Amino acid sequence: MISADMTTVLPEIFLAIFAMFALLGAVYTGKDATASMLTWATGAVFLALAIWIGMQGGDRVAAFGGTFVSDGFSRFLKVTILLSAAAVLVMSEAYMTRRGLLRFEYPILVALAVVGMMVMVSAGDLMTLYMGLELQSLALYVVASLRRDSVKSTEAGLKYFVLGALSSGILLYGASLTYGFAGTTLFSGILASVTGGASLGLLFGIAFLIAGFAFKVSAAPFHMWTPDVYEGSPTPVTAFFATAPKVAAMGLFARVVFDAFGGVVGDWQQIVAFLSVVSMFLGAVAAIGQTNIKRLMAYSSIAHMGFALMGLAAGTAFGVQAMLIYMAIYVTMNVGTFAFILAMEKDGRPVTDIAALKNYSKREPLQALAMLVLMFSLAGVPPMVGFFGKFYVLRAAYDANMGWLAVSGVVASVIGAFYYLRIVYYMYFGEETEALDGKMNPVLWLFLMGSAAVMVLGVVNLFGIEPLAAAAAATLVN
Amino acid sequence: MLTIILFAPLIGALVGGFGWKIMGEQAAQWITTGLLFLAAFLSWIVFLTFNGETQHIEILRWIQSGALDTSWGIRLDRLTAIMLIVVTTVSSLVHLYSFGYMAHDDNFGEGVAYKARFFAYLSFFTFAMLMLVTADNLVQMFFGWEGVGVASYLLIGFYYKKPSANAAAIKAFVVNRVGDFGFALGIFGLFFLVDSIKMDDVFAAAPKLAETNLTFLWQSWNAANLIGVLLFIGAMGKSAQLFLHTWLPDAMEGPTPVSALIHAATMVTAGVFLVCRMSPLFEYAPEAKAMIVWIGASTAFFAATVGLVQNDIKRVIAYSTCSQLGYMFVAAGSGVYGAAMFHLLTHAFFKAMLFLGAGSVIHAMHHEQDMRNYGGLRKKIPYTFWAMMIGTLAITGVGLPLTEIGFAGFLSKDAIIESAYAGGSGYAFWALVIAAAMTSFYSWRLMFMTFYGPEKGNHHTHEHAHESPMVMLVPLGVLALGAVFSGMVWYNSFFGEHEKMAAFFGMEAHEAAAEGAAADHAATTEAAPAADHSAAAPADAGASTAEAAPVAAEAAASADSPAVAPKGAIFMGPDNHVLDDAHHSPAWVKVSPFIAMLLGFLLAFQMYIRRPDLPAKLAANQRPLYNFLLNKWYFDEIYNFLFVEPAKSVGRFLWKQGDVAVIDGGINGLALGIVPFFTRLAGRAQSGYVFHYAFAMVLGIAVILTGITLFGGAH
Repeated sequence: MISADMTTVLPEIFLAIFAMFALLGAVYTGKDATASMLTWATGAVFLALAIWIGMQGGDRVAAFGGTFVSDGFSRFLKVTILLSAAAVLVMSEAYMTRRGLLRFEYPILVALAVVGMMVMVSAGDLMTLYMGLELQSLALYVVASLRRDSVKSTEAGLKYFVLGALSSGILLYGASLTYGFAGTTLFSGILASVTGGASLGLLFGIAFLIAGFAFKVSAAPFHMWTPDVYEGSPTPVTAFFATAPKVAAMGLFARVVFDAFGGVVGDWQQIVAFLSVVSMFLGAVAAIGQTNIKRLMAYSSIAHMGFALMGLAAGTAFGVQAMLIYMAIYVTMNVGTFAFILAMEKDGRPVTDIAALKNYSKREPLQALAMLVLMFSLAGVPPMVGFFGKFYVLRAAYDANMGWLAVSGVVASVIGAFYYLRIVYYMYFGEETEALDGKMNPVLWLFLMGSAAVMVLGVVNLFGIEPLAAAAAATLVN
Repeated sequence: MLTIILFAPLIGALVGGFGWKIMGEQAAQWITTGLLFLAAFLSWIVFLTFNGETQHIEILRWIQSGALDTSWGIRLDRLTAIMLIVVTTVSSLVHLYSFGYMAHDDNFGEGVAYKARFFAYLSFFTFAMLMLVTADNLVQMFFGWEGVGVASYLLIGFYYKKPSANAAAIKAFVVNRVGDFGFALGIFGLFFLVDSIKMDDVFAAAPKLAETNLTFLWQSWNAANLIGVLLFIGAMGKSAQLFLHTWLPDAMEGPTPVSALIHAATMVTAGVFLVCRMSPLFEYAPEAKAMIVWIGASTAFFAATVGLVQNDIKRVIAYSTCSQLGYMFVAAGSGVYGAAMFHLLTHAFFKAMLFLGAGSVIHAMHHEQDMRNYGGLRKKIPYTFWAMMIGTLAITGVGLPLTEIGFAGFLSKDAIIESAYAGGSGYAFWALVIAAAMTSFYSWRLMFMTFYGPEKGNHHTHEHAHESPMVMLVPLGVLALGAVFSGMVWYNSFFGEHEKMAAFFGMEAHEAAAEGAAADHAATTEAAPAADHSAAAPADAGASTAEAAPVAAEAAASADSPAVAPKGAIFMGPDNHVLDDAHHSPAWVKVSPFIAMLLGFLLAFQMYIRRPDLPAKLAANQRPLYNFLLNKWYFDEIYNFLFVEPAKSVGRFLWKQGDVAVIDGGINGLALGIVPFFTRLAGRAQSGYVFHYAFAMVLGIAVILTGITLFGGAH
């Protein structure tokens, strides 16, 4: 029995052991001198794990008495998490080395955060859930303040930690309410207890739980930490925040609302829809005022989480499928965009003001074009892939009789298009002021171009992600 | 063979239009022209060997959606065959003619390539027209219908640097839209009622339609009549009938070969073709037919009056075209579709020739079009003169009265006037006879002003007047043959004895009805021809009486048995005796157009040869009437006041108030006022203080919990 359980969690165990051995090894050998090698190695391990998990097939397996679940849904998310984490790690190596930031703890912390995320999306119990969540969060608090001598970076780490603690408290309160009313922490048990309608106490439990998740996915009005943390953290860390943890939190969100509260869709649907609308509009409206591209991307991710939540709010298998597709596309776009942001520098110092992009197309036409594609895709302009992500969630909402939600999503995306297009406008038509200089690192170049190419070529069949997402959604919603 | 006829012009248009940069303009011209001559040659073979049996040739499946099942197909029957020769012959000759006419054009600067484009448009037009006439269903016909509209638009506006040409092109397009709307409604109506747009299905259902009532515009109508009227509105637009005629004179802004091809011989006759094609339907729509007769006769009269006073040589011929189209509609509306098609055929020859002749004159006179600046040209351009003379003899209808010898127009026009008389509409008959007199007057006026009398206008231009090159004269010669002989050759086929005509058009000879008609005649009017008539088919008359009876019965009432489309290209109902009546109309009726023609000629001779000062005096004496006619009954002014100006003011209102003020204003207000306000608000909320952020989270939770308590969980 225990050996079967172990087989199920083998990837997580493997990664955790890898992280611990790497820590020991690095401490007792070259310390920071090994950091570069360790970063690449961690990236390679992520990639190997992604392939391993991706090759796994089979039905839903519940280990450790149902507290840990491995199914198509979790596999889809784990692959996405691992690949995006690997991409961000590899991208950040050169940047951090140049700025003397690359400590050997960085890849190890990322690896531990990823272990947490993998546990989160596989959680079958409120306690597993919390364990994964906290493992992830603690690692992230630390990497946020990786640049210890910078006021902004430490401020970001501290803010994130304090507010994260508050959200954990809210989440735990929700979990205890749920346990109190359902009598169990197992998702399957909760699901059984809510058939025929949830009591008000359970509903309060859901509300608190959702508030906790909303903090993690940075959905409004639990988003306030996001811009400050994104701005303060070193850019590679920001890139990491914007990708893998979002996927994991969204997966966890979906896991809980369907696995534990799938019987009372109508009750939580309205909360999620509310979060979705507020996030979309806030993300769109507030980003207009931003001149710092990292803050801008923070609001952008808030708005995008709003759209992903729209798929969830539909409360259908198609909605979950749309959400999964949306997240995969979102991650791909963000990897490319952050590859570009990482390369923005002048006189060797990183630049984050979007005004510095003015007239960029004259200097680097190809990169400007790639960025244009990415911005169009983020804005949801057809025929870029980003449009299809939006299209799927809008359709899911519409099919679920939430036409009003779909319409407000369209309106919000129109407003949001402004700031993406402003970047394009600066690049192509702006009056040159302080030009960027410096050459792009080949790794970054590769990710930027690759991501842009995906945005264009994906129009053919979305690289076959659609059936995979459908299969994943089918294992969650049935 | 048919497929080659149909697609040769399309290939020519594509190759010539897109490939001329590679192979040069000259080659593009030759390819388009060569392919059209091939099509014309094959068309004549088809026409002469056609046996009257309707054939359907499917080319490809087109639209399949619900009950709508449409394929691209060719319907080959006598009507199609006639139109094939008309279209391809005139078109190929016009192509050839354009070699000379378009060789030099002052409307385009040095080095601007326009010839290949012109030829490609001509070929494209021909393809669309062939698509129209070969259509086996109404949607395909509509496709061709719109295709010729587009080609017409492109060719009227060919001199795209001339504002007047652009305005004329737009006018033609917009006025045609009005008619097309009616046509489209007719097609919708047929699909709604018959559930099919295939010609055969529609024809088969026609008797039923006559008994169906349809609510349209809050009123109940007889379905056959309503659809007939709607289809006729489409025909009115294309064929420039009264009220929708205003575009045709303006269309003369296009190059003259275009006027000859599109605005005289082919496209404008599409309306007549439509009515004849839908004859099985119109036979059951008496009121629609009455309307056609009324409109046709009014147009013939109106256009002729306007033609009397125009000074632009092309406009005279344009109004003449308008008037002649009115004749064709009178024939079709009277139920003598053969006569309508007959006049369509002959008219195509002589009117195309008149236009090409006029083009030759214009060419010789360095693009001078005002007849007041012509005069005495018959010596300078003798071939053109003779061609125009033949055309004039044909259009005015010169021939030997009470025989079948005469120019083409003589036979076909007289056939129509007799039909109008037999159709029972005194108004139509007299309108047409008076119009015939006016036709003669303005045609001879044109001849006299152009070719006789002293030279007027620019002396220099007259000195340099020269005969056109051979490529322009050969088409005139070929068309002259048609103008002289086409009437005599095909008189019997189109308008002759019932049996010959039935054989020609592949119709079932309903002898039962014919005999009934004959018997009527025997009782009332002339006995001899009627007896002759019934004797013509003695053998199978008796046999087919029994056969024809069920057909008649079916047409009358049967609802259960599956309806069958009538055989043949055109259909004349069992009660339709107009053709026979026309043959037996009194002698004074038959002679009347000839007399009218003579009167018109004498008057023109008096006014323009013997007393050239008379017209000016008459115009001065009758100033209001002269102005009324010169300004085309003020149709353009009335339409401008009634439709164009209100439409413009609505447009202005929507633009200034609707678009600029409301939409732009709203969007700008939203984008520049409201959104930035919220942006500032959000920026201010992002204070950087952790306790503010925590407060926002708590507030969020409070809102959610309140929401749940109030709306969600409180089951």
